[in-house]
Amino acid sequence: MKKTLRIALVGNPNSGKSSLFNALTGLNQKVGNFPGVTVDKKTGNLWLSSSLQAEITDLPGTYSLYPRSEDEQVTFNVLLDQHNASHPDLVLVVADATNLRRNLLFITQIIDLGLPTALVVNKIDLAHEQGYELNLQALSAKLGIPVLATDARNGQGVKELKQLLADENFGLALPFYLQTEAVQPVLEELEPINGMKPGYRSFIFLCNHDYLSHISNKQHQAIDALIQKHGLNINQLQARETVQRYEQIAGLLGSIEKRSTTAAKKSRSEKIDKVLLHPVWGYVVFLGILFFIFQAIFSWASWPMDFIETVFGQLGAWGSAYLPEHWLSDLLINGILAGLGGVVVFLPQIVLLFLFLSLLEETGYMARVSFLMDKLMRKFGLNGKSVVPLIGGYACAVPSIMATRSINSWKERILTIMVLPLMSCSARLPVYTLLIGMSVPDDKVLGLFNLQGLVMMAFYLLGFVAAIGSALVMKWFIKERNSSFFLLEMPIYQWPRWRNVGMTLIEKGNAFVLGAGKIILIVSVALWFLSSFGPGNSFDQLESQYAAQMVDGELSAELQHQFDRDKLEASYAGRIGKWMEPAIAPLGFDWKIGIALVTSFAAREVFVGTMATIYSLGGEDFEENTLREQMLADINPRTGMPLFDLATTFSLLLFYAFAMQCMSTLAITWRETKSWKWPALQFGYMTGLAYLASLLAYQLLR
Amino acid sequence: MQLSQLRTGQVALIKNLGDHPIANKLLEMGCLPGEWVRVRRIAPLGDPMAIEILGYELALRLDEAAAIEVEVRPNFVQP
Repeated sequence: MKKTLRIALVGNPNSGKSSLFNALTGLNQKVGNFPGVTVDKKTGNLWLSSSLQAEITDLPGTYSLYPRSEDEQVTFNVLLDQHNASHPDLVLVVADATNLRRNLLFITQIIDLGLPTALVVNKIDLAHEQGYELNLQALSAKLGIPVLATDARNGQGVKELKQLLADENFGLALPFYLQTEAVQPVLEELEPINGMKPGYRSFIFLCNHDYLSHISNKQHQAIDALIQKHGLNINQLQARETVQRYEQIAGLLGSIEKRSTTAAKKSRSEKIDKVLLHPVWGYVVFLGILFFIFQAIFSWASWPMDFIETVFGQLGAWGSAYLPEHWLSDLLINGILAGLGGVVVFLPQIVLLFLFLSLLEETGYMARVSFLMDKLMRKFGLNGKSVVPLIGGYACAVPSIMATRSINSWKERILTIMVLPLMSCSARLPVYTLLIGMSVPDDKVLGLFNLQGLVMMAFYLLGFVAAIGSALVMKWFIKERNSSFFLLEMPIYQWPRWRNVGMTLIEKGNAFVLGAGKIILIVSVALWFLSSFGPGNSFDQLESQYAAQMVDGELSAELQHQFDRDKLEASYAGRIGKWMEPAIAPLGFDWKIGIALVTSFAAREVFVGTMATIYSLGGEDFEENTLREQMLADINPRTGMPLFDLATTFSLLLFYAFAMQCMSTLAITWRETKSWKWPALQFGYMTGLAYLASLLAYQLLR
Repeated sequence: MQLSQLRTGQVALIKNLGDHPIANKLLEMGCLPGEWVRVRRIAPLGDPMAIEILGYELALRLDEAAAIEVEVRPNFVQP
């Protein structure tokens, strides 16, 4: 008989819980959803014996059973609600051996819940280095649960832990905290409502019922009435519990924890902080790190990205050469294959950014970033940890939005996600290069600076100012779900574990490809359809028209380009461009630009290729200068003046600076917020901003 | 005196926690009446501050530290 043992892994943040999870489950991990919330659910499987499998859920770290953040609420719900899909058979609590006292607050709360529990005292090596002597046998005897020491980063104690789990040797401990008796009468009255025997579990249910998702409104009302009737002050009850627990813990630890020498490692950490948190050097180092990360995702990532694009391009060319000419082949090559390429091409940037981010987290530096930047970023409603994703936004919003995970406050995280796409990402660069090259003379300013370069820089700066400014405005409209606080543990510096870094990269890559990837693929296919098909028989007419001009069954290159152009104009995308014209005419745009706005929703840089198709240069392998000349020569039939005059070009530049012209960003925003509301708002406000800015620019410059 | 008024290096005894929305959170993190606290450092921009409590380092904003009432012991050598 095969049996599955469901284990919940819980513990304080920084206890090394994730390291232990990785050490236990290796690559047998998957990321899913907790229903109804944005928190990712990480589960992993492990065979304990030939007949016993463990399914381990890595629950979000928390300091107590009094939840505040959404993460902590997930842990609370899983532990309290017996019918929750993740409710465990066994709770495995991970504690930081260098800080047992604080960790025991949560440990003893878990014990009092009355679930089978085992304790892992992790970072035992570090504790020894810091001069702690721990008598874990005595701790086990006093708590009444199995206690095991590990050093998960080195895999030490993991084998013993697996054995402990395989033996299913964990019992129920006696209650640790007995002061709930003061509210005994209330708990007795509560029993018919929640079906729990009076005790700590019922007590914590009473105190935090607002955070429980499985009880009905009627039950909530009944509990509130009960609290009112007895004049209970929940805050006071919580404060009393915390203080009394800590008193009991101090008594318990007296015989268990001894400290001989002063900390060697801690003083090393202190020395590092003297530099990294220094008023001058601290910021110099931080800027250096930011520059390095930016450099990596902006320029180093382009090598593998070019390679991926070449491979997909070759595959497409190979497909066009060997597959029969049919719309299905076209769908396969220009819809699905191109869409897949559009997904895979993000992986180098995601891997590189998360390589650096997980190094910053692993070493303990990320907490210092918060410490250094909090005051500055708080003014804009952002978090100290928003800085790295924002700078990452200069390369690409997609991995950077994924990187906002480390921001604990929900509001600060949402704000960061919302304004991040305003940063001038690398996909805007080809658009800027084309348009600035057309409209700004290649002159020197003060004999030193190139004017085109200065304008380019101004647009980069504009992105940053727009992002910060939008945050400043939006912070008044987005409500905080829970009262916001900073309170951050500053872990001591440690060398990173490559295993943990590697697992993060795999997890993030998977999350992107499987989460956002499908949306990107669907939209790619939709966009392909819009530009490859037209209403009625317009395409058939074009085909017979050009077939008449074929020589030996082939069109000359020039005619082929014209044919492509006419097809695009006749396509649904072309119709939409024309249909949009009245709306975008006040911005100085015509239907041709309208088409490019539709197609470049796939990615901003598609604008350039679409323009090349429209001006009959072929979608690829064209000379950019030829395209500029063609665009500049175009006369707007309504005004009789050049279409791409200064007003239109600047209006278009501003539009691309602000508009949410990127389906991949919308897809990842959906993935990270688990709701369509936020990507919709993002699309709405950015398009609105772009429209207004372009309107203003065109009407003023005209 | 409030914890937020201390300078780097100062050691104090926690007396009481004020009526602040995060008072309970501070208790959880170990800022208990009767505990010793030492100001490790103050961020270069003047806020937040990092304190040593229960043997670990905790960073908190000044308005949060203001909820902690302390008594400074000059020339105190930490046990």
